[in-house]
Amino acid sequence: MTNPNGRFGDYGGQYMPETLMNAVIELEEAYNHYKNDPEFNKELNDLLNEYANRPSRLYYAKKMTEELGGAKIYLKREDLNHTGAHKINNVLGQALLAKKMGKTRLIAETGAGQHGVATATAAALLGMECLVYMGVEDMERQKLNVYRMRLLGAEVRGVPTGTGTLKDAVSECMREWTSRIADTHYCLGSVMGPHPFPTIVRDFQAVIGREIKQQMLEKEGRLPDMLIACVGGGSNAIGTFYDFINDKEVALVGAEAAGKGIDTPLTAATMNTGSVGIFHGMKSYFCQDKYGQIAPVYSISAGLDYPGIGPEHAWLSDIGRAKYVGITDDEAVDAFEYVSRCEGIIPAIESSHALAYAMKIAPTMDKDKIIVVTVSGRGDKDVAAIARYRGEDLHE
Amino acid sequence: MSNLYKAFDHGKAFIGFITCGDPDLETTGKCVREMVKNGADLIELGIPFSDPTAEGPVIMDADKRALDGGVTTDDIFAFTKELRKDVKVPMLYMTYANVVFHYGVEEFCTKAEEAGIDGLILPDVPFEEKADFEAVCQKHNIDLVSMIAPTSENRIAMIAKEAKGFLYVVSSLGVTGTRTNISTDLRPMIETIRANTDVPCAIGFGISNPEQCRNMASIADGAIVGSGIVKIVAKYGKDSAGPVGEFVKSMKDAIRDL
Repeated sequence: MTNPNGRFGDYGGQYMPETLMNAVIELEEAYNHYKNDPEFNKELNDLLNEYANRPSRLYYAKKMTEELGGAKIYLKREDLNHTGAHKINNVLGQALLAKKMGKTRLIAETGAGQHGVATATAAALLGMECLVYMGVEDMERQKLNVYRMRLLGAEVRGVPTGTGTLKDAVSECMREWTSRIADTHYCLGSVMGPHPFPTIVRDFQAVIGREIKQQMLEKEGRLPDMLIACVGGGSNAIGTFYDFINDKEVALVGAEAAGKGIDTPLTAATMNTGSVGIFHGMKSYFCQDKYGQIAPVYSISAGLDYPGIGPEHAWLSDIGRAKYVGITDDEAVDAFEYVSRCEGIIPAIESSHALAYAMKIAPTMDKDKIIVVTVSGRGDKDVAAIARYRGEDLHE
Repeated sequence: MSNLYKAFDHGKAFIGFITCGDPDLETTGKCVREMVKNGADLIELGIPFSDPTAEGPVIMDADKRALDGGVTTDDIFAFTKELRKDVKVPMLYMTYANVVFHYGVEEFCTKAEEAGIDGLILPDVPFEEKADFEAVCQKHNIDLVSMIAPTSENRIAMIAKEAKGFLYVVSSLGVTGTRTNISTDLRPMIETIRANTDVPCAIGFGISNPEQCRNMASIADGAIVGSGIVKIVAKYGKDSAGPVGEFVKSMKDAIRDL
């Protein structure tokens, strides 16, 4: 769906300092070469299947379906991947690509820590150096993941600037990449940033939707009626949606973090509250003030706590192909607890936003309808934070 | 003819950058006047941005101080208009794409032209993305200044051929900020630029003392100093004008005989 100059409609582009232009061009050329290289694809598939545990299960949530009393609910179990989230799909692809390009060092931003852990994992596996930038606020929220990354041999650098969250970690990665390019690949974690990142990350995540389609045809003999995935930058969502974009009968829904509510300043719901802007290399929707200053955003979920969204989502929204709904902290936490008790699956707080929407919409749909919710990650990392949210004095 | 050329009319140019509104616009105004009095040939006025991804800590902090102080793009237009009454050297705005884009490129350029601005630098708008901005800038007699970096290599000729105003040559890898050493061999870059355009070129990023300023100005048409000035403002706050003037004088004096 990418047009030749890296645009999705008017969105996307390459708004980068001149210093990095040859780096992104080199990356695009390498990607265009290797994406059609049978050997590269075989290597990547082997890693995805043998190392990362793909294909992930498409699980029929029978109890949840019966309790909610409406549409049939399937869960795409990205939480069962190695490292516990969909992030590994993209990271293995990019790390392998970087290695083919002769790079020896990976840098990455992380919010909740899932992408950082995945990058540290791939770096350990492929024998590469790894540096992860993480907002100091997020390091506090996700201490276990910080330790996990260090255990895997990565250096974790706290970012105290701005709001000390994901956007600041992205900015710091861009600064770092500007100062060291020759041996370094910026392993961007979502479908954002300058072209070719939104396309590369989408292609590596598209395995989610391809599997859903095949598994759904095997189990039900037809396509689902609705796909739901959570959206921060939007990588698990685009991975879920991509293979279904031309199947117009399948509704695509992105659940974004409304925080305390989209009518409050404490929100990260970019599509519902943002406007078009240019930031972090791309033209897309951003939360910003009237002078184009990027707004501080808020969500209980460190992984969705980002003031922008990938350019392909901006385009899918504009053309009416996908819909983006806001889910509050309260709704996400309720879903986190409900799915844990009902199905014995503890979902990531990010994924709980998608599950929360499924809980709202399923009862309003007929029983012969089918919903697939992508459980993008597992919730072990969130248990302590949710306990605190519920007033318990629990610290890691 | 480009107004920015005037900065290069009388020998090597000293180009000074300052963040508008750090700590307040009154101080910025005093500093600019001192810079001009002490020999600055061109003034880069930084419009602060919340998330300046090409800046090092010095200018990042300045942007934060300015925004915390409440300065807005509209305040800066009014301030520039006032400044223009007595400041005669060329002036340009340096900011980020979103500040201009979200304001409306047409609206922004109209107001910048009214305020007497001659150029615009957007470090996150490379050659490939400049068309939409440049067309509007030209209509308003504003030069959109292009940058060339040590990694530009095969891109230099392409960028130089379309350059307007002057070329901003980035001295080394990394973000803005003072550096002890500038190790990049810039001569071949400058030669390629000269072979492709008559537009003057000035070197910036990391220049912090008169010796570096002289070295850079000797191979190009001018030197750009940002963090070195902003650091002084960080230190002296509202009393910065004097020290900024002295600093600019020491830099300009080092390149007068070139």
